[in-house]
Amino acid sequence: MSPAIGGTLNRVDGRAKVRGDARYSAEVPLTGLVHAVLVNATVASGRITSIDTAEAERADGVLAVFTHRNLDPVASVPKLLPSLAGLAAPGQTFFPMQDDAVHYSGQPIAIVVADTVERADHAGTLIRVEYATTPAITLLDQARDEAYVPERIFGGLLPGHGSRGDVAKALAEAEVCVDATYRFAPNHHNPIEPSASTAVWEDVDRLTIYDSTQGPNATQFTVAALLGLPPISIRVVSHAVGGSFGSKAMIWHHPALAALAARQVGRPVRLALTREQMFTSCGHREEQEQRITIGAGADGRITALRHHKLSLTSRFDDWAEPSLQSPAVAYSSPHYEGTYHLIRGNTITPTFMRAPGEATGMFALECAMDELAERIGIDPLELRLRNYSETDPESGHPWSSTGLKECYQRASELFGWRDRESRPRREGQWLIGSGMASALYPVTQPVNPQRARARLYNDGTAVVEAGVSEFGTGVFTAMTQVAADALGLPVERVRFVGGSSDLPNVTAAVGSAGTSAVGSAVHIAATQLRDELIGRAVADAHSPLHGADPGAVAVQDGRMVLRDRPDVGETYADMMARTLTPDAEVLGTWTPPPQDAGYGVHTFGAQMAEVAVDADLGVVRVRRMVGVFAPGRVLNRKTAHSQLMGGMLWGLGQALMEATRMDPRSGRWANASLGDYLVAVNADAPDVVVDTIEVHDEVVNPLGMKGVGEIGVVGAAAAIANAVHHATGRRQYELPITLEKLL
Amino acid sequence: MRPVSYSRAFDVGTAVGAVSADPESTFLAGGTTQIDLLRIYVEQPRRLIDINDLPLNRVEELPDGGLRLGGLARMSDVAEAPELVRRYPMVAESLLLGASPQLRNMATIAGNLLQRVRCGYFRDTEAACNKRVPGSGCSALDGINRGHAVLGTSDNCIATHPSDLAVALVALDAVVQTEGPGGARSIPIDDFFLLPGQTPEREHPLAHGELVTGIDLPPAPVAATSRYIKIRDRESYEFALASVAVAIAVDGGRITEVRLALGGVATKPWRARAAERELDGAPATTESFTRAAAAELAPAVSHGMNAFKIELARRTIVRALEQMTQREVAA
Ligand SMILES: Cc1cc2nc3c(=O)[nH]c(=O)nc-3n(C[C@H](O)[C@H](O)[C@H](O)COP(=O)(O)OP(=O)(O)OC[C@H]3O[C@@H](n4cnc5c(N)ncnc54)[C@H](O)[C@@H]3O)c2cc1C
Ligand code: SF4
Repeated sequence: MSPAIGGTLNRVDGRAKVRGDARYSAEVPLTGLVHAVLVNATVASGRITSIDTAEAERADGVLAVFTHRNLDPVASVPKLLPSLAGLAAPGQTFFPMQDDAVHYSGQPIAIVVADTVERADHAGTLIRVEYATTPAITLLDQARDEAYVPERIFGGLLPGHGSRGDVAKALAEAEVCVDATYRFAPNHHNPIEPSASTAVWEDVDRLTIYDSTQGPNATQFTVAALLGLPPISIRVVSHAVGGSFGSKAMIWHHPALAALAARQVGRPVRLALTREQMFTSCGHREEQEQRITIGAGADGRITALRHHKLSLTSRFDDWAEPSLQSPAVAYSSPHYEGTYHLIRGNTITPTFMRAPGEATGMFALECAMDELAERIGIDPLELRLRNYSETDPESGHPWSSTGLKECYQRASELFGWRDRESRPRREGQWLIGSGMASALYPVTQPVNPQRARARLYNDGTAVVEAGVSEFGTGVFTAMTQVAADALGLPVERVRFVGGSSDLPNVTAAVGSAGTSAVGSAVHIAATQLRDELIGRAVADAHSPLHGADPGAVAVQDGRMVLRDRPDVGETYADMMARTLTPDAEVLGTWTPPPQDAGYGVHTFGAQMAEVAVDADLGVVRVRRMVGVFAPGRVLNRKTAHSQLMGGMLWGLGQALMEATRMDPRSGRWANASLGDYLVAVNADAPDVVVDTIEVHDEVVNPLGMKGVGEIGVVGAAAAIANAVHHATGRRQYELPITLEKLL
Repeated sequence: MRPVSYSRAFDVGTAVGAVSADPESTFLAGGTTQIDLLRIYVEQPRRLIDINDLPLNRVEELPDGGLRLGGLARMSDVAEAPELVRRYPMVAESLLLGASPQLRNMATIAGNLLQRVRCGYFRDTEAACNKRVPGSGCSALDGINRGHAVLGTSDNCIATHPSDLAVALVALDAVVQTEGPGGARSIPIDDFFLLPGQTPEREHPLAHGELVTGIDLPPAPVAATSRYIKIRDRESYEFALASVAVAIAVDGGRITEVRLALGGVATKPWRARAAERELDGAPATTESFTRAAAAELAPAVSHGMNAFKIELARRTIVRALEQMTQREVAA
């Protein structure tokens, strides 16, 4: 039996998904179900002076209309903490509909509940709202003088400022200096499934919520705090989630609002956000600007790095995606200084979006590196190699594992980097150029122990459970493989069950840590269960393994055998039948190492891209992308490949088209639809080559997994922008690179 | 959406009668524009008359050697009609470069010509928009207007006409056939699209309840050498930033006949008559093309974010003409 880990098992949920059998949170059939629709503020700042719901209440099919005047208030709003912590994780510390204040456009101000979603939606338009508006800030340019340096950002997890050495002096003394400012349009996640919650009160203190979430437990804890109920009162179920990219990483208002409405109307309530509401209800990547200053010697060796970021946050929270984290350790630079600057604006609190921080921070750094290479007159890859850091430049600790040099090497071979001409090629109207970038993404560890349960039945089949949700990453498939290998069973005899807060607690699957968190717990649970069964066999006088050293027993295809005499042994099923055992079960716990365990922990990779730019029309076509990554242990080559490739194409979208446009006059997004917010489509996708470098990592977790969810994004946009420069001689300081910038 | 009643019509007379008798009713074809607008309350009819069963979905030969495209023929079917592909390739290309395969399978030819503008403020019922609410103002003039028009604009509206197909049709002098309460009529395509002027809410000369039954393409041998090129922000499923429909005949290095129209840059599908005048009889050189492009764009007016479109349109015209005349320039 060859190991399942590292293979290409097809998605265990693939069949249900392509047949349309998979149940998403807005599809769970329930008797007596009614529909809630949110009504949103149309101004960005001010107060509701009157809200007339009479006509809406009279409309056909309407059961109730809630506003701040009649919705039950929430008990308390928990502190903003990334859901990786495994605790309550509200997307922002403001909860709407508690009073008449309006802080951002799109803020929920009313809920209409009706028998059909269309009737609820229509009744919502019959509500008459008047506002006393106050001036709003929705763009950086409106309030640059109000910028401040926050003490901490990112839910308090990271400092607002950091430094080592004396950057000012080092910059002054540097032989070469690159100083560039990069601007980033706001971005929205746009998963294909808009978020939805269906709330059912089975009793006054028993609530079930079907929720589209990256963390059923996070929803449970957050709603418990908001409603003032103990966690035992709340069960959160998430059968299938149609993508997230971070939009479902934190717990926004809709599950609690659905629960409040359901309690007040006494019926199960479904609240599904519309596509347009997805632009104002679950955060976004904030508008931002980053200034990078690199000081280097004439040989290109970096002596100083200064990195400042200015971004827009909400009125309530000091949120910035952590763009400075990876750039600070990407290269060995003795002197460093990084500072976040925030402006408070009339927006929902921004949030995680795929490769949060790195997608923008590494863009800035890697474009500046390209400029440095040009200034010094060396190959961009050579510049990276000269600045390669053998240790974590911040702590001085060794890397838990790297593979970065091998990634450069392999990417370079696959791409043909050595044949890159220093001057671009021309093919008819097309200017052809190529560019590269390094990719770094931190390995974040869950703060708390992770649990999974493994149960073996007496026919030799096993069910393994943990409260993780499947939002398209393939985690249920990978967990089936991990459990199968640890138990010594073929994958067909293992079923993984997740997607419920009733199951053993694991953190929300965020920060590329989902699979490793639950995978470690599953591995431990299944390994302990196997060991327990081996232990029983060697202790059983009737077993052929009686008296054997447990360490000398292995399990193959459900049969416990002596490692050096595979003919001696018996199956799990035989032993359990003989001993009249219906099943055996173990709860496994993985206690993650502390984040600072004496190692630098990052995932590394290298990205290369070739573009063709229409010399007259400015159109950029990405022709080829090569991404090589060292994500530690790869559980499933197929799903990992898809994640990495999807990440690279996501980077292509970031580079060339993704932008949400704010109209500062109204404080509203001007393109809140999938027709107007452009994401890359198949026709944009170039030839993409993905490869991985195996690195063995004993520090991060028992299986040595470092995660594949986000690293594929990192550096992709920078490689494209650098290729555009190579092709055209024009540096790109603003994303997305739309054609007018190249006319 | 607002509650709406729905019924199907099986013959043209019933369909026209039903809609013209009721000011709050409207035709429903493929629904790819209409249903979106109902859902966001931009259009609020009380009654939909589904016309998908009307026998108007064929591509037929006309006695004069032209082709008739049925008003209810689907974009995808028309794009594949062999005679259309052979005689009017730019029409087929304009269809295939529009929308997405799924949309093209639903969307009709008449619906395509009658689709509403993509201006974000038109679709946002909170925003001032003269086209949606006459007299309320135009939010796009100093707003997010990167996609907006630079030709044919007025102080009241600068929204771009979104159709690709219509651009090819105006280049060919197509004729729109209608059947209304007052009987049948033929409307030259250039008169079918109105400039916004003082009345941006009025986009067509159709009476309420007047049905587009078909579009006639007159015989045009020059159209056999024609093409449609479209410049956009992504490679599929996106409207034009600039597009050009061109049909051209060259003899002995001189242009003997040319049809040129622009999309993505004007408030109506834009027949480039100034450029055509420059090109007629001129040598088929980049210099002539550049001069023609400059002449066409001379009256262009931009509004901030869309300033680039003037230069983009010029260059796209030159590119299209070069591609048609100097085949070695790769597509
Ligand atoms: C995301 C998206 C992208 C798109 N991209 C493009 C693009 O790139 N290029 C492009 O050209 N188009 C594009 N379209 C527009 C699409 O082509 C049109 O929506 C479609 O052609 C409309 O046809 P329909 O049959 O669906 O019309 P409907 O939506 O049914 O009707 C549209 C209007 O026409 C009226 N109507 C329909 N038929 C008749 C008739 N026979 N007589 C009188 N009135 C009639 C209706 O009452 C309605 O007012 C896009 C649409 C979407 C949603
Ligand atoms: S450009 Fe036209 S459609 Fe757009 S807001 Fe102005 S009037 Fe309305």
